[in-house]
Formats: sequence, structure tokens, C-alpha cells
Amino acid sequence: MTKQVAIVDYFVIDNGPAHLEAWEAVDSGALFFDRRNADAASGGTEFKRKQLSDTGVVRSFTIVQRGVPGVPVPYISALVDLDGGGCVKTNISNCPPDPEHVKLGMRVKLTTFIAGTDDDGTEAVAFAFEPAN
Amino acid sequence: MSTDNVWILGTHMTKFGRHPGSDLIDLASQSAMGALKDAAVTIHDMEVLGCGSLFNAQAGVGQQLQKQIGQTGIPVYNVANACATGATALRTVYLTIKAGEADMGLAVGVEQMGKGGLLGAGGMGDRARKVYEPKGRYGSVMQVEGLLGTGLMPGVFAQAGMEYAYENGGVGFEQFAKVAEKNHAHSTLNPLAHYQKQFTLDEIMGADMMSYPNTLLMCCPNTDGSAAAVLVSEEKLRTLSREQQERAVKISASVLTTDPWTERSSVQPDVNTLTRNAAKKAYDISGVDPKDLDLVELHDCFATAELIHYDNLGLCDPGTAGEWIDKRGPWRDGEIPVNVSGGLISKGHPIGATGLANIYEVATHLRGEAGDRQIPDAKVGLTHVIGLGSACGVHILEKSAL
Repeated sequence: MTKQVAIVDYFVIDNGPAHLEAWEAVDSGALFFDRRNADAASGGTEFKRKQLSDTGVVRSFTIVQRGVPGVPVPYISALVDLDGGGCVKTNISNCPPDPEHVKLGMRVKLTTFIAGTDDDGTEAVAFAFEPAN
Repeated sequence: MSTDNVWILGTHMTKFGRHPGSDLIDLASQSAMGALKDAAVTIHDMEVLGCGSLFNAQAGVGQQLQKQIGQTGIPVYNVANACATGATALRTVYLTIKAGEADMGLAVGVEQMGKGGLLGAGGMGDRARKVYEPKGRYGSVMQVEGLLGTGLMPGVFAQAGMEYAYENGGVGFEQFAKVAEKNHAHSTLNPLAHYQKQFTLDEIMGADMMSYPNTLLMCCPNTDGSAAAVLVSEEKLRTLSREQQERAVKISASVLTTDPWTERSSVQPDVNTLTRNAAKKAYDISGVDPKDLDLVELHDCFATAELIHYDNLGLCDPGTAGEWIDKRGPWRDGEIPVNVSGGLISKGHPIGATGLANIYEVATHLRGEAGDRQIPDAKVGLTHVIGLGSACGVHILEKSAL
């Protein structure tokens, strides 16, 4: 079977269904996707892993027409408020990249795609969100 | 800290645009010497130099400038603070005077960007052999720009504007485009602006889309330029000539903030909270109410950014930024003129210079010296810059009553 690795470590693909996980500061409940030395909200140093929902609502988006070399455009970038807490920046897939189809407040759900394969044949698995219905 | 007021004695900015025949220090020299001349003082009167240049932050630009305009041995602070770099250079001199260490000082901001392309991609360079290994604080195995959303500036600020649209009614593509329509129109009166060309709303909305809803004409250009200001303590100012006193502009508030933690700020930069905090503090310190403002130069790096700062700076009622642009509130003949210089969108955005160029613009109006674009009888103005990371500078300036 092809070896796979998650594109980022806050996307977990080897422990049940693929899902997002954040560091939750024990003192404040603040959520962070990256490793932190201390909690930016409270200064506390105790964190625990928290699994985030795979559904949510688009609170903002943009449709990128001019991007970096090697990344096809257009694509939809969005901020998604996840059900039960947390907000993630993500691409919106399976949705025509125009303002008639992507809408503020639209419900979306997690999906996965292969972002690339390295010279050892390892696949990078990435996440996106797609319209929920 | 001293309670003595700090004043702007002189100010100058270069033409903003492309200056392939000048180097960074030529531009800085031009604005520095211009500000000294405008102040009717010399480099030998300066007791401190604050110098801001973001892309050359390690180059000792302040000392390089001294080599060209006067090596007098005074302390130099080379500062870098994202798009608030120029405002930070100003504030460094302001604080030195407030602390009683100097009576007079020079603040210079300069940037030479050429055609820099899109800013903000960051990420990882190419590796000789592609092997996916988690790297950095997110454990990324590859560059994620465009795969997990965008970090490019037109997109980040588009998302900031669309977030406002999500939370407030009456805001859409057309309202954002109207911001650019206004700023391009304003710039036709400013000979120092990078561009001085008016565009119709249809032309703006029909221009190449960069990152919806920001079209090319709604994005600031990369620009070369420099701006400078000479600051003086009130005690010293009172010893200077009548003309110097009458042309001096009072700094009624100088505020710098960073972004406090907010719920989504680690995912999308929160450009609102630190601006609101800076504005509130500046209004409190100065006793100025937003309704008192005769003009505002705010940080319109993208049209989507300007719109949300109407609300952040209290220029319109909460949640009504869309209505405010619809009724032409921020036009030069409107309720509170915003970016009569043409703003970053048309004047240009040489990053290190921008915070001082805003000071130049407002001070020039308060002195009644803005020529064709003069806002009649301007007495109070506000400048605002914000750089991602984040840093926000707000200054409130008042016409001399001396």
C-alpha cells in the first residue's frame, strides 16, 4: 500500500477517520494549530489535544485568481467556523470558484485529497472543505 | 514622562513611484533634507534619528543616510515593524523627545520595492530531492499556499473584508470597489502619487481579478519612495521663529499597538482589534472625537481593508461602513474625507515610508499648504497604518494655535 503522510500535523490521518486536531490551552480554552511555547491568551503552559468537527460554516472567503507559481488558479480560500469550536483556513473544493456558488454562511464538510507525491512515492494527504449538501 | 507636547516642525516626501535611477539612500536623503529645509533647521540641530526600512532592516539604513547628509554622532534607531515601520520611526523620535533626551529629532521612512510581485507567500524553497518530512511549527511537508487557503496579501485582506460582510449587512463587491473609485479619483489632485488616473466603478470592477473581491485596481502597487518629519519639543519650539511656530503641527496622540489574542487570530490576522484599541487610546489621549476629524489617512493596502477601518476608527456608526461609502461619507467633499492623497491604492505603498507619508499628507493640509487638494479649513486629522504580524500606529495631529 502507498505510504501516506498528512500535509500538516494538525490534520490527523492515522487515527480513525481523517480529522483536524488543535492544541487546546487548558487555562483559557484557546485553540492553536501550531506548536506553542505558551498560550497567547492566558500565558499558561499546559495544552491538550482536541479533535475538531468535520463540519462548519463559511465565515469568509476569497477567490484567488493570481497565485504563486505551480498552484493552479482559481481556487477558493475560506475561513470556516467549525461546529463546536475552532476556525480553520482551507480551500473549498467541489464548488465552482465564483461568487454565485460560494456563499458566506454556506455549510461545508471536510474532504481529503492527495496534494502530491515525493521521490520515495509517499503521498501527502491534504484536507479541504466542500459544500455539505 | 515629560508632559511637554511634541510638534512636527517640518515634513517632506518624495514623489512616490518607480525610481530605478536612485538608490535607497538617495530617496532617504531627498526626504530627510527636504524635511530639514522645510523645518528651517539643519542636521546639526538633530539629536536623534529614527529610520524605518522594512526590506533593508539589517542594512543600517540610518547610518548610511548619515554618511550622505551629516555624520554628527547622534543616536540612530533603525526600526522595522511591518507596514507600521514609518509610524514606528516617528514614534521612536517622539518618545525620545518625550523622555527629555532630545529637543529635536528626525524620522525617516524609505523603501525601494521595484515590481515586487505578490507579497505574503512565504513557505519553503525547492529542495534538491523531494522527500516529505514534517517541518516547522505546523509540521508541514510542503508549501501549503493555495492548498490550505491563501496567505497572499490580496487574499488575506479580501478575507478580512468578507468577514465584515458576513457580520454586517450592506457590504459587497460594489461597496469595496467604491473605495478604490474614490481613492483613484482623489489621487488625480496629488502630484506626488504613484498614479493619478481616475477610473469608473465599472472599470474597477471589470479589472483583472486578483483575489475576489479585490481586482487589480483595488490593490496597492509596490512603490519606491521616502517620507520624513522633523519633530521638536514644545519648549524648544517656543524659542523658534514666529513662522516656524505657526507652521508647526501638534502631535496630540501617538499610539502603537499590537494584536491581542482573539479567537481566530492564529488562523486569519485580526486587523480590527488592534486598530480599534489604537484608535480608542488616541481619541482618549487627545480628547478628539471622530466627528471632529477634518481628514483621515488610513491604511488602504486593499479596498477591502479601507472599508472595515471606517468602522474600526469610528468614522461611521458601527456596522454601517457599506452605507457610509454608498453615501460618499469618505469622499473629499463628504462627512470625513478619507485618503485625499489617493491612499496606498493610488499614491502607492513603499512600506517603510507609508507611515510618514500619511503624516506628511495630514500635516500639509493642517498647514493649509496642500494646493489643489487642500481640505478647506482643516484643523484636526488622523493617520493610521497597520502591518501584519501585527502592528498598528495611530497619530492625531492638530493645527498650530501658537
